[in-house]
Amino acid sequence: MTEKLTIHDYPLAEKRPDLVRGKRGKSPDDITLASVIDGEITMEDLRITATALLQQAEIARAASRDTLAANFERAAEMVAVPEDTMMRVYELLRPGRATSKTVLLDAARELQERYSATRLAEFVTEAADVYEQRGLFKNRF
Amino acid sequence: MSETSRPTPNRWKRFAEWDERPLRLDKFAAEDAENGFSAFRSPHDPAPSAMFSSGRVTSMDSKPAAGFDMIDTFIARYHLDPEIAPEAMAMPSLEVARMLVDMNVPRSELVRLARGMTPAKLAEVVAHLSSIEIAFAYSKMRARKTPGNQAHVTNAKDDPLQMAADAATAVAFGFDEIETTMRVARNAWSNAVACAVGASVGRWGTLFQCSSEEAEEIRIGMAGFTSYAETVSVYGTEKSFVDGDDTPWSKAFLAAAYASRGIKMRCTSGAGSELLMGFHESKSLLYLEARCLCLQRAMGVQGTQNGGIDGAPVTCTVPGGMRELMAENLIAVWLDLECASGNDARPTESEIRVGAKILPYLIAGSDLICSGFGSILKYDNSFNASLLNGEELEDYLVLQRDFEADGGLTPVDELRIMDLRRRAVDALGAVLEELNLSQPTPAMKQSVVSASGSDDTESYLPRDATLISEAIKERGITVVDVIKALAKRGFSEEAENLLKLVRLRISGDYLQTSAMVRGGRVLSAINDPNDYLGPGTGYRLSEVRRNEIVAIRDVLTREEVLRAEAIHKAAELKRINYRSLGPAHPGNDRTEVVIGVSPAFGIHLFQTVAGHPLSHVLRELMAGISEGGAKARIVRMHHTADTSFLGLSAARLAGSGIGIGLQAKGTAVIHQRDRLPHNNLELFSNSPITRLEHYRRMGANAAAYAFGKLPEPVVVPTRGEAMGSRYHARVSLIYAIETELTREGAEPEAVDVTLLGATA
Repeated sequence: MTEKLTIHDYPLAEKRPDLVRGKRGKSPDDITLASVIDGEITMEDLRITATALLQQAEIARAASRDTLAANFERAAEMVAVPEDTMMRVYELLRPGRATSKTVLLDAARELQERYSATRLAEFVTEAADVYEQRGLFKNRF
Repeated sequence: MSETSRPTPNRWKRFAEWDERPLRLDKFAAEDAENGFSAFRSPHDPAPSAMFSSGRVTSMDSKPAAGFDMIDTFIARYHLDPEIAPEAMAMPSLEVARMLVDMNVPRSELVRLARGMTPAKLAEVVAHLSSIEIAFAYSKMRARKTPGNQAHVTNAKDDPLQMAADAATAVAFGFDEIETTMRVARNAWSNAVACAVGASVGRWGTLFQCSSEEAEEIRIGMAGFTSYAETVSVYGTEKSFVDGDDTPWSKAFLAAAYASRGIKMRCTSGAGSELLMGFHESKSLLYLEARCLCLQRAMGVQGTQNGGIDGAPVTCTVPGGMRELMAENLIAVWLDLECASGNDARPTESEIRVGAKILPYLIAGSDLICSGFGSILKYDNSFNASLLNGEELEDYLVLQRDFEADGGLTPVDELRIMDLRRRAVDALGAVLEELNLSQPTPAMKQSVVSASGSDDTESYLPRDATLISEAIKERGITVVDVIKALAKRGFSEEAENLLKLVRLRISGDYLQTSAMVRGGRVLSAINDPNDYLGPGTGYRLSEVRRNEIVAIRDVLTREEVLRAEAIHKAAELKRINYRSLGPAHPGNDRTEVVIGVSPAFGIHLFQTVAGHPLSHVLRELMAGISEGGAKARIVRMHHTADTSFLGLSAARLAGSGIGIGLQAKGTAVIHQRDRLPHNNLELFSNSPITRLEHYRRMGANAAAYAFGKLPEPVVVPTRGEAMGSRYHARVSLIYAIETELTREGAEPEAVDVTLLGATA
């Protein structure tokens, strides 16, 4: 994308159907009841892509919603993170699950190295610092 | 009075009566800031402030950065905009409060300023507003223009068939979102499939969530059964947050997780949660909630469910509690968050407090007026009863009509509901069979279709739902499988509807602020922004939408009144005969009482509002007059239909000077020749509760007056029924039929009345 999307491109499905594609490249028009019945459509075709999230981030920013845009950008990185890993890191971020800062920093490194999730890695690193200051690395149960 | 001594009451009896009212089941708490019971202000609330050094916050709300807890840190890093804060924090709070209610200050300017305000500042500003100002500011500041509503769909048995029927019903009434949860945690998948199928009956576009454990909720969403989540709770103190088993970072991570799977998400917060969790730090409810809301904007979630959710009941125990709930909703929309504005957990047993609670939201509008209107009966609500429930849904429909306010719902007629419920149950039955999950019997399905609640059903029980639920989960059944099953069994419309909804996920359009689906289109704060700038702007009811809202059931029309009268005509003709004797003249018999009847009496109208045939009323009056020793003469008036003038005109024709005025609707008066029109002798104004015996005694009293006596007036006893609301529409229509027949200056007509043999 060269031109940034604006609020006038929203909703994308209506205004910019050329941009809307599922994970395996199918457009909404390809996803018909007939194609579902024929078995051509799987859940993969119904998943949002990192591209779509970045497009929505642009629109959110154009609507002066910077924090929402930042969330969509983190989410765009998260698309590549498998569910188990995602839920494992979430669990580690809960109070007392990580008993040392290292555990969180390892998780951050994993996000960065395996999934190129720079923003998420920074976010987890930041959490590790704050948790250390607030004494959250201790067993709660 | 008897001589035996009675105990001397030491209490005004009214208090004992008040004790019995539902209100007294509500308990109220004294204001006590130290112990967290303060709505708007506590001495422990910090003074608003913000200091920066090279773009970083060095202190916020009177606390230096070194002393920040996790919440402060997160807000300082992600919410507070150093570019705007110096300007916004320097503005006097009262001035900002006035801007909130100034229709000439655009929403966008206020939203910009909020980004530079700390929690204490936001709380201080809205505390300047009265309840009506808060409601007005809310209506101006909410993000999306078109209001919407959300329903709870649950039942006490976790019965998937009922879930499907009730989901279809909620969708028909117009809810934009439906939320379910379970009695038994393991039944989440069964609930989700049932609601997804039910919500695809009739129309498409209702977003749906299944409130369960976070990981499970995401998995259900990934399987395509749900489209949004709103149970990501945040709290206003660090200790509550940690006890809630999360941190701002874990919740923000979760927010990104939901978005990454194409699932819309909002957080949950609200006054009273910290109080219930025991860590309130002696701060006011509003200040703590302002922290929650700044945090939510900081996390980058599109919206919030606030307004005292589970904490609403405790918030409503303190002075200003309901005003505080409105104020915290206002802060949410001011921070540009979608707001599902509470009106959720039932905070009172008093129906008056319920009605008062909902009204400001109904007339101001909200992204989701209720963050859980109980579309089912109270006992079926697995979240606990809501402010408004299945029992009261029609009251709400009427409130919409009364105030011409769009509360997001639309009346639906009975036949349509039955069709949809049957269709939903059949569709879900087909899916269960097709996917080899269960075989519901026709009797089970039939019991659900007509059931108001789970007490009326002979269907699945929680254990049955568990077997279905575990099978869905274990076999990895997805929405694609369900769509195929629907299509295969001939429910192609439902299959198509469900597919359209999950297909929306690809674009991510409904992840934007305040998104819902209306008429097949995603509508959000981006393409339907609230543009309120005074009368004539912002959300207005279209003619089409108004017609939908006003179309409640059982509405009287003139045709209907006449049809009802015509039914009685034939019977009356067998009971009475009216024969005209030409113009009526004044009589000179001193024992004569004239009964003056109204123009349509016995011609177009045949029974009183109480349901007495007019022949019976005349019979009783005449019998009473005769028992009192006087003679009755009947005259039909053509110049008036008004009771007083009927009576006075009759009195002036009567030899005794005493007349009775009688309208077809049953209102009757005893009048005397020389009195002023509205200064009568006796009046039966409450015709709906006037019985035949009263008319007989009225006749006897009229005779007594004719002989110059002073009888005991007949009093028709009333228990204070809201007579007007029951009868005024009909009475006005009936009366119009009478007045249409009047002609100015028309002569009264003498009528010979013959009572015929037929009875009853």
